[in-house]
Amino acid sequence: MTTTQQLNELINREYQHGFYTQLEADTIPLGLNESTIRLISAKKNEPAFMLEWRLKAYQHWLTLSEPRWANLDWSPIDYQNAYYYSAPKSEKNGPRDLSEIDPELLRTYEKLGIPLKEQKMLAGVAVDAVFDSVSVATTFKQNLSTLGIIFCPFSEAVQKYPDLVKQYLGSVVPYTDNFFASLNAAVFSDGSFCYIPPGVHCPMELSTYFRINAKNTGQFERTLIIADKDAYVSYLEGCTAPMRDEHQLHAAVVELIALEGARIKYATVQNWYPGDKEGKGGIYNFVTKRGDCRGEKSHISWTQVETGSAITWKYPSVILRGNGSVGEFYSVALSNNHQQADTGTKMIHIGRDTKSTVLSKGISAGYGQNTYRGLIKVLSGAENARNYTQCDSLLLGEHCGAHTFPYIEVKNPSAKVEHEASTSRIGEEQLFYCTQRGISPENAVSMIVSGFCKAVFQELPMEFSVEAQKLLGVSLEGSTG
Amino acid sequence: MHVQPQSWQNVELSLVPDALAGHDSPWILAARKTAFKRFSEHGFPTKREEEWKYTDVSLISKRGSLAPDNIPPDAPSEAKLLAWALSGEGMHLMVFVNGHFDSELSTIDDLPDGVQLSSLADMLDGDANLPESLFSQQHEHTIFAALNNAFVTDGAVLKIAPDTVLETPIYLFLIASGHGVAIYPHIIVMAGENSSATVIEHYMGTLDAHNFTNAITQINVGAGAKIEHCKLIQEGPAALHIAGVHAEQSKDSSFTSRSFVFSGRSVRNDITSSLNETGCLCTFDGLYLLDDKQHVDHHTRIDHIAPCCTSREYYRGILDGESRGVFNGKVIVHHGANQTDAHQTNHHLLLSKQAEIDTKPQLEIFADDVKCTHGATVGQLSDEGLFYLRSRGLDADTARSVLIYGFANDIINRINTPYLRQRIEHLLLDRLPQGDMVKELL
Repeated sequence: MTTTQQLNELINREYQHGFYTQLEADTIPLGLNESTIRLISAKKNEPAFMLEWRLKAYQHWLTLSEPRWANLDWSPIDYQNAYYYSAPKSEKNGPRDLSEIDPELLRTYEKLGIPLKEQKMLAGVAVDAVFDSVSVATTFKQNLSTLGIIFCPFSEAVQKYPDLVKQYLGSVVPYTDNFFASLNAAVFSDGSFCYIPPGVHCPMELSTYFRINAKNTGQFERTLIIADKDAYVSYLEGCTAPMRDEHQLHAAVVELIALEGARIKYATVQNWYPGDKEGKGGIYNFVTKRGDCRGEKSHISWTQVETGSAITWKYPSVILRGNGSVGEFYSVALSNNHQQADTGTKMIHIGRDTKSTVLSKGISAGYGQNTYRGLIKVLSGAENARNYTQCDSLLLGEHCGAHTFPYIEVKNPSAKVEHEASTSRIGEEQLFYCTQRGISPENAVSMIVSGFCKAVFQELPMEFSVEAQKLLGVSLEGSTG
Repeated sequence: MHVQPQSWQNVELSLVPDALAGHDSPWILAARKTAFKRFSEHGFPTKREEEWKYTDVSLISKRGSLAPDNIPPDAPSEAKLLAWALSGEGMHLMVFVNGHFDSELSTIDDLPDGVQLSSLADMLDGDANLPESLFSQQHEHTIFAALNNAFVTDGAVLKIAPDTVLETPIYLFLIASGHGVAIYPHIIVMAGENSSATVIEHYMGTLDAHNFTNAITQINVGAGAKIEHCKLIQEGPAALHIAGVHAEQSKDSSFTSRSFVFSGRSVRNDITSSLNETGCLCTFDGLYLLDDKQHVDHHTRIDHIAPCCTSREYYRGILDGESRGVFNGKVIVHHGANQTDAHQTNHHLLLSKQAEIDTKPQLEIFADDVKCTHGATVGQLSDEGLFYLRSRGLDADTARSVLIYGFANDIINRINTPYLRQRIEHLLLDRLPQGDMVKELL
């Protein structure tokens, strides 16, 4: 069948963002010990409190072991056989605008389809591009700073706004949180820092692109976003990584803090190298993301489209502390070939009248294993808490798996918690209906999958919505085979 | 991994024993000892184990002894009365006191042809052909099953010949009597092809005593057979009850498990069914009504191994006082089990501020052509519902009770045995404030 062939071609399409940029990198010796941490801290010229915090985290990390409870299977990671810091050399010159940036770097971004220049002119998006651990380009800073918004690389924030950093760093994800968060706290190289002052509505979508580039450099990003009273910010994070054979570790931490009446929207499109068709290579993505609705009527929403990585271990959570606060989680997770994803969310209802919505769409194809793991916890003081959870799985192919592990713990009788889940495949009837109306099977599948994910894509900002659709298209069309 | 006091193990091991059923056969004695070794090597499960995350078994580990009484005690008069009342219901009645069969109270003489019902202890002592599943590690779904294998005192073995339809239910009435006793029944049902039967297990504790029941029920459902298993737990307020009900289903068979828990300090039921051949239907129903500091944990697991099987699961819990309900419903669709149709729901009513529910409906799917859904809700009585009833002149208590009754009735209505249905309905109404009023309204 020609259609089957076409479909197979589409499934088998190789990772398009696989390339490796030759850049002189400033790398510190292999391995991890206290002096590595001191060196990282010294290189970044950090104040004493940061070094102290990192060392405490490292000491704590030594007492922990890798969590293995997830429905994932990965080969052991040798933490001593990795470089924990790597910065492009050009950073020393401190480029302030695009003309000063290494042309090689710019070409890299162009290949990725995110030319900074164009984005700056057309999209009106300020990009804090993280290229191998150190931010090398920041745009639109001026525009933002007139509003009092701070949006800068983490290392810069440590220098310029140590008080803010000291106040909020680790207050949502403490360095003791889990194995990967501790590791991140000890060795994190850079990331983004964002502070929206009271009452300010951030006029543009803030955006960062993470890239993993130099060989064997685990990336340890740390993002901290604080929305002060009644502030609003929408933040985008997008990821692509070059092709590589060895597994790479990515252990990021994202902390969101929403004070009274504030609202944070955090969206991610993750498309790291998932490994080849046999499951060789690919990124290990162990991420700790958590938002804290600290103030009354604050609102945090996570939207994620996870299509890449060999291993995804990620549970963006919201602590609904403030009365009347709202947490949302919208997710599309795709696992194709030998990808494994164990992802979901935690909604911890502490305050009165708190609300949370969870919408998770998992798609498994090939030999992919996709797990939704969620926790809805209503503490005894959370009067009138409300949760609605829906997690649906779509199975494409007979060797893949879809699993749901929803934990619901309720300690308050006024809580209303609802959970719904379904698992199905694209029905023959649905395909038949489309094809007899002249729609090719490939388009029909694509249509059905888009429909399946629509509710989540709607939550994405425009720019991402398009990208997310494209990403899904690449790996999914025709997987019914 | 699990640190246990050394003395505990030595004492118990020396007890595994000589006076329990089958003590004359060296192999039975050896099988009991190996089972006990398995248990003591593993030790009591801790909260760090996912399967025991919400249920603390330290109340059991803190007991003085785990060993059962060797000698059957006299049945307490209250139990005798209950048994006599039951014998008038026309069911095949087998009464056990502290895990020992009491033939005087039982009425199993008029069984139809093709049906064999015997005491397990008699079989062990008589060196009869024992079911393979007994003492086998392979059939131990939890570590408590190993403990049961070590200490099993007695139980029922029901064999139904092919094409035999047993219309009258088999009623197993298990009474706990005395203080601090450990009770180890083991029930085996082997249903031949196209046979049909209903088995009711009723656990009753009359005293406020720290008794511990560790029960295992194994059910083999032959091709085309139809077996219904109902379990009613009415243990004493301080009793601990840990049990497993495990079914294996053959082609086109139907298995129904109904679990009802009304009392007991801490209850844990592991209910599983393995759908090994095509065309099976498996239904799990459950209802629990908890109060005070009761803790009830249901772990269910349905393994869809063969294609074209259907499973249905309906669990409901009503939690009051400081009680805690735990539900973990696993549905596993194995590779190749296409055309599986699995549906699971569990709903909980929280009636008090101190009550807690931890529920985890879990789906693990390794086949693509399946239809699996699950739904879980936790809530309280609806204000609109209460308002409606109050506006029609019902007082607050009655209105609440009517709603609770309605919530539970969805499960109760599905019971096929009239006696059991009435009994459970009665138990429910008895517990509800203004239950008499509700009864009148119905």
